[in-house]
Amino acid sequence: MTEPLLSELSRPGRVGQRFASPEQCRGAVDDLPPELLRGELPLPELGELDVVRHFTHLSTMNHSIDAGFYPLGSCTMKYNPKVDEDVARLPGFAQLHPYQPEESVQGALEVMLELQRLLAEITGFAAVTLQPAAGAQAELCGMLLIRAYHRERGDLKRSKVLIPDSAHGTNPATAAMCGYSTISIPTDSHGNVDLGRLKEIADQETVGLMLTNPNTLGLFEQEILEVTETVHRAGGLVYGDGANLNAILGAVKPADLGFDVLHINTHKTFSTPHGGGGPGCGPVAVRDVLEPYLPKPVVARRPSGELYLDWNRPRSIGKLKGFWGHFGMMVRALTYISLQGGSGLREISEAAVLNANYLRARLSGVYDVPYDRICMHEFVASGRSQRQYGVRTLDIAKRLIDFEIHPPTVYFPLIVEEAIMVEPTEAENKDTLDRFADVMLQIAREAEENPEIIHQAPHNRVVGRLDETTAARRPVLRWARVPAQAASAPAY
Amino acid sequence: MAFVPLTADEQQVMLREVGVDSVADLFVDIPEHVRFPQLDVPPPLTEIEVVRKMAALAARNQHIGQLACFVGAGAYNHYIPSVVGHMMGRSEFYTSYTPYQPEMSQGTLQSMFEFQSLIADLFEMDVANSAVYDGPAALAEAVLMALRITRRDRVVLAGSVHPEYRAVVSSYLDGRGVELATSEVELRDSGLEERPIVDLLDDRTACCVVQQPDFFGNIADLGAIAERCREVGALLVYVVAEAISLGLLKTPGAWGADIAVGEGQSLGVSLSFGGPWVGLMACKQEHLRQLPGRIVGATTDQQARRGFVLTLQAREQHIRREKATSNICTSQTLLALGVTVYLSTLGPEGLRQAAALSHKKARAGAERIARLPGYRVLNRGPFFNEFTVLCPTDGAFVRARLLERGIIAGYPLGRDYPGLQNALVLCCTERNTAAEIEQLANGLASCVS
Repeated sequence: MTEPLLSELSRPGRVGQRFASPEQCRGAVDDLPPELLRGELPLPELGELDVVRHFTHLSTMNHSIDAGFYPLGSCTMKYNPKVDEDVARLPGFAQLHPYQPEESVQGALEVMLELQRLLAEITGFAAVTLQPAAGAQAELCGMLLIRAYHRERGDLKRSKVLIPDSAHGTNPATAAMCGYSTISIPTDSHGNVDLGRLKEIADQETVGLMLTNPNTLGLFEQEILEVTETVHRAGGLVYGDGANLNAILGAVKPADLGFDVLHINTHKTFSTPHGGGGPGCGPVAVRDVLEPYLPKPVVARRPSGELYLDWNRPRSIGKLKGFWGHFGMMVRALTYISLQGGSGLREISEAAVLNANYLRARLSGVYDVPYDRICMHEFVASGRSQRQYGVRTLDIAKRLIDFEIHPPTVYFPLIVEEAIMVEPTEAENKDTLDRFADVMLQIAREAEENPEIIHQAPHNRVVGRLDETTAARRPVLRWARVPAQAASAPAY
Repeated sequence: MAFVPLTADEQQVMLREVGVDSVADLFVDIPEHVRFPQLDVPPPLTEIEVVRKMAALAARNQHIGQLACFVGAGAYNHYIPSVVGHMMGRSEFYTSYTPYQPEMSQGTLQSMFEFQSLIADLFEMDVANSAVYDGPAALAEAVLMALRITRRDRVVLAGSVHPEYRAVVSSYLDGRGVELATSEVELRDSGLEERPIVDLLDDRTACCVVQQPDFFGNIADLGAIAERCREVGALLVYVVAEAISLGLLKTPGAWGADIAVGEGQSLGVSLSFGGPWVGLMACKQEHLRQLPGRIVGATTDQQARRGFVLTLQAREQHIRREKATSNICTSQTLLALGVTVYLSTLGPEGLRQAAALSHKKARAGAERIARLPGYRVLNRGPFFNEFTVLCPTDGAFVRARLLERGIIAGYPLGRDYPGLQNALVLCCTERNTAAEIEQLANGLASCVS
């Protein structure tokens, strides 16, 4: 059953929470000129139980990691350990004001410093900033660092960013935000960056290369050292999109592959919850030459041992975000890494890669796998051979919903027709993987024998397939008016 | 603590299915000399040990439950009703992701739609997106949006806009050839004075950015600025760093803002040392196609049942790549959910109370401090829940002295405004008690030598 909107549940005069009696508020604002005050305040009026029932009901309409398998490629939907949540809610972390005097937040600064050190060690880089809010802002941070590097060297003619055609859309969007133009590098028949084309294109106008490795096909770049060296020879730097870091934890340090900058998504690799689409947290790790440009302030230690925020960073790119970053996510990430330890990190990548290869092996043959070689933590299949029965990847995705499985990422990367991108993560057991494979094989059979059931899917959710075309053509982006209690001015 | 559930037997079966002998064989594409490096990361801890470790770190902080908090400056210690945390803590919300598959994400999508509606109503703007990273990022995105809309290359910022917000705008604009002009703030005998921003506006100006209440707590009549913006064809970008003020004050929409942005932290999001919070962003209908970020729309399924989807995605990076309005993908959905629960629990009555009580206490605090020898309140007109005080000595020194008494005494202005080394911005919310205000006053009095 669908759930009414808050505005539809509202009843004039109902109150959910008061902070004082009306008498205590009387006269509170009579010193303010009325022309500076608002008139009506059309918020819904609900009791607390109304609110609880509403959001509890809404929550049951969601799929989630806790409810079932979520093999959404490129997103690393792994289990979020519950203890991380408990730790982040400790008052000593959750109830800190960002502008408290530094002497009163030494533990928080220690969390940041320790997490920075661990991330630098895991990735092989010299320094880390924790400030960026998420992966896309981290990309912006990284590209601004690269620009600062070129600028300080007086190398001002560089304006082109090279980006493989398999890249996430954020990469070209970020380059454009920096005012750079982009050049797309094709993918070769093995699923690697086309090294020959790269060598032709990289030149004195190249800002750098933005590269995801393993790439979005789930494949490790087999000529990675030559790729990064090619860019360096042309005077560019190599930006690493760390979206797929989960595949290589403890298996290789990206700095050893020739990357100069790397962003990390703690919400992927280090299991901070995705929250329905945020918050993220996007630390950026850099080689020593880029360290002076990191966003300010930087956590530093005085000779006395006391930690402080160092604002005296004259070569810094400045500030990208309010305050120090998503501290609540940093607490969770440090908790997670502490639980795993060095040995556990390698176990993560090993299991993530084994799980993905197992599913690839079970599905290939029935589904096309265009680049069918050993993959890393994810692989990209295609629904193109099911098209002969009139079934498309979108239909396969919707049919999976009937089995309480979140569909893989579909139609990405763009270079694979009818793409189905599967990332099981290390957190899933073999029974879950087998069930997913069995369901996928069943859907392939249904495509031949009973495509109608796939076309009509999903069958058992609160709504069926929604009319997205009308939604975009005639946008309805807010509710109709709340029946307002008070069209009048405030009562006090 | 291992979270890897595969048994040794299962691994063998799986390796056979893949056709390799060992897990290490799956990593052969990695150059051998850098494969499987040593990691200087401590060994795994048990859950008991990790809780002990993290609790010890937390205990090295003094949190605001243990202190009397009089600092705001873009981060506000308002009361968060218990229900907010309980709803955000439902794992159906926090362990889901961006609602790419609407049929199994209606909970998240409907709450995002409700959030958009609440923010549009709160701001009295036509449309709101379903949030960006934080207030400063929202402002940076708004400025980029204004540059695209007007195709101009000059941005005017009020010097009374939060310094961090201005710093983020400056970083986002780096290298784009955009001129940034900022109005100066000066200390006069009569108090703090900002040079008139209208004098900086011209026909090259893409937008004029003002904050209300401003960084010093002031509430101003923005009529003349809005009018001047219209005359020169610049967009009025309106920043609300303290969203509780919207329970009381004339709205961005009513002042004629073209784009309104804000920080949603005040509305039910824990301070958490600065994040994660939630950036609010709304605009006039005519600018909708230039609004970045996720947007949710209402629609129907084939049986005419109402449902919600991500919409207008042709603005976004996964479709438009280098032609997108922004690279942003995140909508801070969980924090936006917190805001939605908070606003629906408070309703108009609760929000007005939070605003009125915050103002009442700040006024009481300012009146008390104004009577202290050696202290001056620098606000020359009305303020909301923050006010700026000139101390007889360095603001950072005063703060350190008051911390010894268990008080966080405001935000020292010295780093951001070199002429205001002795000034503090103080803040009250509905949580501050009369006794705390008295402690603050006594503490300040003790700093006068």
